[in-house]
Amino acid sequence: MPIARPTSLDDAVAVLADDPAADVLAGGTDAMVEISFDHRRPRHVLALRRIDELRQVTTTSLGVRIGAMVTYGQIERDHATLLPGLAMASRTVGSPQIRNAGTIGGNLGTASPAGDALPWLLAMDAEVELASVRGTRRLPVAAFVTGPKRTARADDELIVAVHVPAMEGPQHTAKLGPRNAMVISVACTAVVLDTAARQVRIGMGAVGPTPLRAPDAEAAAAEAIDWDALRADGTAIAAFGQACAAAASPIDDHRSTAEYRRHAVGVLASRSLTRCLAA
Amino acid sequence: MTTTTCGPSSTAATGSAPAVTGSAPAVTGSAPVAPPGTRERTQRRVRDGLGTSADRPDGTPKVTGAFAFSSDLHDQRMLWGRTLRSPHAHARIVSIDTSAAAAMPGVVAVLLAEDVPGKATFGLEHTDQPVLARDVVRYEGEAVAIVAAEHPETALRAIRAIEVTYEPLPLLTDPAEAATTDPIHPDGNVFRTLPLRHGDVDATGDVVVEGTYEVGMQDQAFLGPESALALPSDDGGVELFISTQWLHVDRDQVAACLALPADQVHLTLGGVGGAFGAREDVSLQVHVCLLALATGRPVKMLYSRAESFLGHVHRHPARMRYRHHARRDGTLVKVEAEILLDGGAYASSSTAVLANAVCFAAGPYRVEAARIDGQVVRTNNPPCGAMRGFGVVQVCFAHEAQMDRLAAALDMDPVELRLHNALKPGDAIITGQRLTGTAPVREVIEAAMAHPLPPDPREDEPAIALPGGAGLTARREDVRRGTGIAVSIKNLMYSEGFDDYSTARVRLETSPDGEPFATVHSACAEVGQGFVTLAQQITRTALGIERVVLHAADTGVGSAGSTSASRQTWMSGGAVQLACDTVHHGLLERARGVLGVPDEPLVLEPGRVVDPATGAEVAIAQLLRAGPLEATEEHHHAPTSTLDADGQGDAHVSFAFAAHRATVDVDPDLGLVRVLQIATGQDVGRALNPRAVIGQIEGGIAQGVGLAVMEEILVEDGLVRNPSFTDYLIPTALDMPSVAATLIEQPEPGAPFGAKGVGEPPTISSTPAVVAAIRDATGKALTRVPVRAQDIAFGEAGAIPPTAGSTSAG
Amino acid sequence: MAQDHREQRNGAERLPLRVNGDDVEVEAAPMSVLADVLRDELGLTGTKLGCRAGDCGSCTVLVDGVAITSCLMPVAQAAGRDVTTIEGLETDGELHPVQQAFSDHNASQCGYCIPGFIVAAAETVANGEVLDREQVVQSLSGNLCRCTGYESIVDAIVDACGHGTDREVAS
Repeated sequence: MPIARPTSLDDAVAVLADDPAADVLAGGTDAMVEISFDHRRPRHVLALRRIDELRQVTTTSLGVRIGAMVTYGQIERDHATLLPGLAMASRTVGSPQIRNAGTIGGNLGTASPAGDALPWLLAMDAEVELASVRGTRRLPVAAFVTGPKRTARADDELIVAVHVPAMEGPQHTAKLGPRNAMVISVACTAVVLDTAARQVRIGMGAVGPTPLRAPDAEAAAAEAIDWDALRADGTAIAAFGQACAAAASPIDDHRSTAEYRRHAVGVLASRSLTRCLAA
Repeated sequence: MTTTTCGPSSTAATGSAPAVTGSAPAVTGSAPVAPPGTRERTQRRVRDGLGTSADRPDGTPKVTGAFAFSSDLHDQRMLWGRTLRSPHAHARIVSIDTSAAAAMPGVVAVLLAEDVPGKATFGLEHTDQPVLARDVVRYEGEAVAIVAAEHPETALRAIRAIEVTYEPLPLLTDPAEAATTDPIHPDGNVFRTLPLRHGDVDATGDVVVEGTYEVGMQDQAFLGPESALALPSDDGGVELFISTQWLHVDRDQVAACLALPADQVHLTLGGVGGAFGAREDVSLQVHVCLLALATGRPVKMLYSRAESFLGHVHRHPARMRYRHHARRDGTLVKVEAEILLDGGAYASSSTAVLANAVCFAAGPYRVEAARIDGQVVRTNNPPCGAMRGFGVVQVCFAHEAQMDRLAAALDMDPVELRLHNALKPGDAIITGQRLTGTAPVREVIEAAMAHPLPPDPREDEPAIALPGGAGLTARREDVRRGTGIAVSIKNLMYSEGFDDYSTARVRLETSPDGEPFATVHSACAEVGQGFVTLAQQITRTALGIERVVLHAADTGVGSAGSTSASRQTWMSGGAVQLACDTVHHGLLERARGVLGVPDEPLVLEPGRVVDPATGAEVAIAQLLRAGPLEATEEHHHAPTSTLDADGQGDAHVSFAFAAHRATVDVDPDLGLVRVLQIATGQDVGRALNPRAVIGQIEGGIAQGVGLAVMEEILVEDGLVRNPSFTDYLIPTALDMPSVAATLIEQPEPGAPFGAKGVGEPPTISSTPAVVAAIRDATGKALTRVPVRAQDIAFGEAGAIPPTAGSTSAG
Repeated sequence: MAQDHREQRNGAERLPLRVNGDDVEVEAAPMSVLADVLRDELGLTGTKLGCRAGDCGSCTVLVDGVAITSCLMPVAQAAGRDVTTIEGLETDGELHPVQQAFSDHNASQCGYCIPGFIVAAAETVANGEVLDREQVVQSLSGNLCRCTGYESIVDAIVDACGHGTDREVAS
């Protein structure tokens, strides 16, 4: 099959304009498994690796722009201070080898319910930047991920970056699986405290068709937290966990049960919040 | 970190002063082992002889990538073989249309059941499994058709182009229903029923505890998938390079199915990427040879990971109901058990697996009476057969949980209870067989307990070191620690009257540079365990030379039996020793001639033969000028008997014992576990290569830990849900506990060099020890392995209360 | 169930690769898996395939000095980059320090996973990282071994990272 390996974004979107059915190849850690297992037989592949501008992390006064081809490895090694929650989440991804190849843009593009970076991006109200020959647009992650492995990306669009707003305050992510490393998430949480806006935000993964927020839980916790001391009492923290569990809509599958996932995401939510408050 | 003590049990197992401290272990080396007939003078100076931690001969090629596994074999003219497998767990084959596949460019052969020229079925004990399914498929993944094509991609497209019409049949997936359900195979649904009655089966104890236990389906999950290269040979036969555990039993099955005489089927061992029981049965052997003969070209087959999971046997899932009776002082009075094993669709080694489960149902304990009823049945689940521990893993999980329940009911320390009932030499097991060899049960328990516990938890423990690991799910205050112990007994080698033997050929000659060297030819399958190292060590020590070459393992020499049942050190090690002895005698004969001392007792020393009376000597190299010396010997172990109608009989050759103490950290809310340490004492007879023994212990423990907390083939309506390393999880380095091991060295009478097999015991009692530790940490009953997170988070609390004085019920 | 194995040769392109310091040109479909090209086209069978899904690490190679699973990299993505396989670690017939450490610790049993471990560890050593035992364990989470229980492997890498190992076995 033909493979296009452009070195510029303009060329890349031109390829997609010509052939919107082309499969986009980022780090390959999802796509190549599908191809190897014959779940996907691409006719035409657009490989992004040579496009340097997609591999940049840039900061502005508004926040951070993470290029789509930035790997988990880059985040954990080079950007842990700038993006602490994402660095934590990145360290839970697969293995060191996978983290050297897998990209943030790829995680968004695959849009697995268990995608490890997605809960944090969701909690941060991050926006996905999409480009095509028609122009660029930005979509909140919540609007971008429309279902399990489904996104709002048009066929001729490319994920070029994700924008994360600047935010003051502690963050914590936790990921649960049946092994101490290299697992697909059974439940995961990303909790961020926006101390300026006095908001609590949580992203929950693997407990619904898409990563989920828990607005009621967030609002109640924001009320209960003493923002000056950054403390909350145990009852409020437990209630936060319960409310997050209630907001989840997990399923039974071969990796776990819905009942356990719901329970676990509540426990993780409480603990992540506790860690943020203790931090 | 592993701490290790090796040495005579008198120093290692006194319990009070183990030769180990936590961070800087002192290690006592074991003395070199003198084989019979050669004695000390020969091995005083020979390098890398018995008892040393000699290096593996394949060590360097394995670190450079040069070592050729069977999947690395290649022939310029080769085709690629591929198997079409059933997507149904039970279905009638209505029709098969291969025309589209056969017409594809690059497809050279498409074969079905009717193309099998010889015997239509194969199997280790009962030949009940079709080479290719003809009318019915009985499990998901059963082979239906095979193709050979110029390119693997073409072969894949070809099997997809084969049109099979299936008519689904009712599923038999519950083993409890097998005996009473219509047969799903002409041979019936029950592979074996084995009752065992020992002592006064109506006896009752003061205290009775009962429980029901379950073991899930574990997979061997070796890293190197099944692969082979078959080449048609000039005589109309076939040459097969194959990763297997037993070349000769493969050869015999291939020959029968191909309708060839055995001598036209020649097998050579390709590098084996792990085995653990899964390569004892035929998988692709017959298929790849059929394709080579049908096409007249070399054919390579290589399973994908998913195919590997579907294409080999697994560990039998088990359901077990137990009742233990004891006196107030803890003395075991009677053990009752009902054991049901799910053998899946075909027999494999199910009958022998059941025998092990029944014979060792009570564990390594003296018990006056036993009533055990075992059954292994056929279902439409994946076929099950050999896996490390072979039937004993399942019952050990149950009997050790029972011992803990009994200890709780008696308000007795679990270790004390075990020591109180521990088998000792001269005792009988529940088959009535007396332990005539060594039985250091007390010693292994004391050695395991004597190791220091891991350090106490630190407040600043990084989250990655806690349960949940890299996911950073726990804080120190979320975690509870627990410890547990378990003890096991395992038979070594085959049982129930099987005339087991191994063959070895040893040839001693001089190289062109005049140096003597020996060649060892054995069909023993090296699967990683280190027999190749041992064969060299034995030969060096026996013949007083350093250079020992290993001939490729093949069927050009007699059978070595299977690399299983912890048997190769004893069986093939013994065969190498016998062949060396014969060569050794030949050397001394020649020396007597050269030295003119027909009646003198001469001594073999490194490089020479010496007359101790006169000091006269002659070099081995000189003695070999008359030509090479060669001997081929068969080694048989002492005969065993069958089990009678009450499951009684001296059915086993020898027994090995191990104890494991597990320490775990558990996050009870989330149900996650981190196994911190396994301390073990293991009965090894003699450690012929201490480092290799430790390697077996650590690797076996990893598999035991895996069964305890994560490993299970998930089968739903006969379909495997997780045939991948994404979802069949085996322990990573982060899941592996530290290991503290003490080798108990009490030479076993009758065993070559006094050595016992060491491969299986580490896998057996490590699992129940881990689960006992999780119970200790959480108070949950946990009657099933693997223990899942939800079992801990939501599981029933506590041990089932004892029912004092209750009468037995079968 | 069945897994695709490799791309068919049609659609093959000539691709420049630099493997173990040698410039080579391979004829392969650009989406062929790098591991297959290394093994089948270049005869570098030291790189093993265990799962084709990035789960086992047996196929680990270095691309521009970075450890990746070569079962997940299309060969086109490796074109023009520096690929190092297990065969490329030796220099002038001398084992790489990590290979030597594995050999010294008898860290191989069946050995199938070993090239992947060694290449992954070679990256660590090349980066000059001095890792303690826990860090070594964490660095190995992407490589599965079924024989050894990892203990001898970790010992070897701790050793190769410049630390003496803290255990010894009688020899």
